[in-house]
Amino acid sequence: MAALLAWLVPGLGHIFQGRTAKGVLFFVCLVSTFAYGCYLGGNSELGWGRVVYVAWRDDDTRLAYLCQVGIGLPALPAIVQASRAKKGKEPWWKGLMAPPQPEGFGNADELTTRALARQPSLDTLHFRLRGYFELGTAYTMIAGLLNILAVYDAWGGPVFPETAKKEDDQDEPQDDKTKEEADTP
Amino acid sequence: MNPLLLAALRTDQLWYAVPLIVVVSLVYAATRHEEMGPILSHALRIGVWIVSFMVVVFVILLALSWWV
Repeated sequence: MAALLAWLVPGLGHIFQGRTAKGVLFFVCLVSTFAYGCYLGGNSELGWGRVVYVAWRDDDTRLAYLCQVGIGLPALPAIVQASRAKKGKEPWWKGLMAPPQPEGFGNADELTTRALARQPSLDTLHFRLRGYFELGTAYTMIAGLLNILAVYDAWGGPVFPETAKKEDDQDEPQDDKTKEEADTP
Repeated sequence: MNPLLLAALRTDQLWYAVPLIVVVSLVYAATRHEEMGPILSHALRIGVWIVSFMVVVFVILLALSWWV
């Protein structure tokens, strides 16, 4: 359960386990990195978050999304947009995380091509965003991959508290002494 | 020295690495410890290690560009 929550919203699994400080740390670090990547990979004209999208075509196989989806809920609008496009419907939210327009030589079906006709092509995105397209992709991928580490941490549960471990180490010799005292007649 | 390497040394682009180094260090350290003190000190060590690694790679590339 905690691992699922940690995947869905970074840090939520840790907060669920009562590890609030770590949960807040994960949330702030990962969501801000992902949001900054979306900001770099878009603009008000093209739409935000253009670097996070689902496409599995001959002309554009977006493997980066496999890393980006590690962040969970923040990357899921891309799936909504892709499934809408597949049904022939135009993307929502001003093209946020919508796939780029197919460029003619891919294997996109007619419905998808028609739905994405008003979206910028991948060439246009690279031309307009320049290096920021790659930077945004790197930021969002790293955020997704780091959240997988956080999910693993939530799945493993809290490690033994370091202060409690030290206290136990100090207690052990005393216990031995009391045992010895009890054994002596 | 290779002028292309010097051209790649645009410091404004390097600033984009800083947030990533900070986040990677903090998140990795947070998966190793439970309390904030050890997390922050471990994150600092990892951050220094990453920057040192980048400097070493830079020096190797600089040396290669010098001789090759």
